[in-house]
Amino acid sequence: MSTQTPGAAPETTRIHNIGYRDYDGRRLGRAYVRRSLYVQSLRGAYGLGRSAKSKVLPMILLGLMVLPAVIVVAVAVATKATKLPLEYTAYALMLQPVIGLYLASQAPQSVSRDLRFKTVPLYFSRPLERVDYVLAKYGAMASALLIVTALPLVILYAGALLAEMDFADQTAGVAQALVSVALMSVLFAGIGLVLAALTPRRGFGVAAIIGTLTISSVAVTIVQAIAWETDSTDVIKWFGLFSPSTLIDGVQTAFLGATSGFPAEAGPDAGVGVLYLLVVLALIAGSYGILMRRYRKAGL
Amino acid sequence: MIVTESLSKRFPRVTALDRLSLDIGPGVTGLVGANGAGKSTLIKILLGLSPATEGRAAVLGLDVATSGSAIREQVGYMPEHDCLPPDVSATEFVVHMARMSGLPPTAARERTADTLRHVGLYEERYRPIGGYSTGMKQRVKLAQALVHDPELVLLDEPTNGLDPVGRDEMLGLIRRIHTDFGISVLVTSHLLGELERTCDHVVVIDGGSLLRSSSTRDFTQATTTLAIEVTDSDEHPDGSAALHEKLTAARVAFHEGVEEGLPGAGHVLLIEATGEETYDLVRDTVAGLGLGLVRMEQRRHHIAEVFRPGAAAQGAEQPMEAQNR
Repeated sequence: MSTQTPGAAPETTRIHNIGYRDYDGRRLGRAYVRRSLYVQSLRGAYGLGRSAKSKVLPMILLGLMVLPAVIVVAVAVATKATKLPLEYTAYALMLQPVIGLYLASQAPQSVSRDLRFKTVPLYFSRPLERVDYVLAKYGAMASALLIVTALPLVILYAGALLAEMDFADQTAGVAQALVSVALMSVLFAGIGLVLAALTPRRGFGVAAIIGTLTISSVAVTIVQAIAWETDSTDVIKWFGLFSPSTLIDGVQTAFLGATSGFPAEAGPDAGVGVLYLLVVLALIAGSYGILMRRYRKAGL
Repeated sequence: MIVTESLSKRFPRVTALDRLSLDIGPGVTGLVGANGAGKSTLIKILLGLSPATEGRAAVLGLDVATSGSAIREQVGYMPEHDCLPPDVSATEFVVHMARMSGLPPTAARERTADTLRHVGLYEERYRPIGGYSTGMKQRVKLAQALVHDPELVLLDEPTNGLDPVGRDEMLGLIRRIHTDFGISVLVTSHLLGELERTCDHVVVIDGGSLLRSSSTRDFTQATTTLAIEVTDSDEHPDGSAALHEKLTAARVAFHEGVEEGLPGAGHVLLIEATGEETYDLVRDTVAGLGLGLVRMEQRRHHIAEVFRPGAAAQGAEQPMEAQNR
């Protein structure tokens, strides 16, 4: 088929109906597919590649996470302080509600959409396996959380250096805090994805995640406060095992030079800290295991 | 393309597939069976997603038990159910699915544009899928199965929920997948008549085992049924009866009482067409009686007809024997 426009050079105005073309190019196996799904899910966690509306909430929450850091830095630079007014390790725990909100808003959109619209079978009818899907989704959610939690730390660190604080001190502090938020991101992502994947309904997922994080942390705080009031400070550290945020608090108090946020600063010592770390690792492994089980049935 | 050897799949309470042995070659193959006959289970096993309890199966020469991933790279799958997120456009969705099949980003975009055009989606492909009609959604589902240029596509009930026009378009498209795109097709349906028009070969399964496997030509030539309706005239107050008499005299086989309960059933005669000459005979006989021929049409076979032992065997002895197991 060809058409010609009068006056134009005939050889430049041909329209060819080329029919069906075979694809002879490369097919990049599972590793590429896994990476693509990871990138797509990570972008999706910030609303990139989605509608304008879905960019609003993650961006607001990211702003909320970064804003205090910016203010702290501004004050520190202006007052020529020699120390930041807060520890790096305290930052993420202080803003834990924002992190929880971010997780609750983004974990369900990452996994329940595929379940709800039954898109999962389309993935599993392609080269990737269940483990690729779970790893990509888990990795993307953990990375998204890491961006939310690490970005303010980086800003604090940059500000500290700008205010000419002690380089070695600051670097050690931020490095410890980065390890802590990395662990926190993986733990929170696991819990969030498991709760979100239990139901194809997005709303339930959001509620379940907020509920789990808030109730567990409030309950632990109340029980710890009671223990403190009744002068039984040595049991405080044991209660910390029962909520995700106090677990991270315990681990970083024991190993990462943080000051515990527990009442009377009664965080675990290195011995109990090992138990904290084991519980965190068990929760992460458990979340992964549950996700793998979840998608065994969701195949076709 | 697909070979299975006494393939069985048993669940705790049901046997989905029972020693099914198939050998499906290139071309368009229809897989017919009632709901629960084991079609979807078979597809799951062929994609390497569900292990068979017994027996072996190979797709494109690859064993499903060990090479599932390699098979899925060369095979496309269109599920029966809805599987499209409503909030993205067809283009975005199919590009993503192309990448999930291992296509590099640029190739994924090019192939998506090509494939969507081939299945008949044009400007609307930039709009969110949520606003599409059922027919358009089916096309998107088909596009995502074709976008990576597979060797073989498995289409699970692609005409489900479509109106007659949409059905015909979809069947035409399926035909083109083979003739124009050079991709072999395994298409399931519970309507035999539908597949008859599209497929080179039809496999009928029931209760998980093979009921019949034959080329479509055998099916139609052996058992073409003609429905004939004639007017009455003054000379012959009951035109149908008169025609029946004449045709019986000419030794034409009749189907009795098959159309019970349908409107005008009493006036429709169903006969076995053995070839071109039957059409001529009917025309000449009707003309000879001076009746008006209201209709003479090929009856589409319904799956039930294959299951009815008498209907399948009748008048089809010679070619059918070879095909029946």
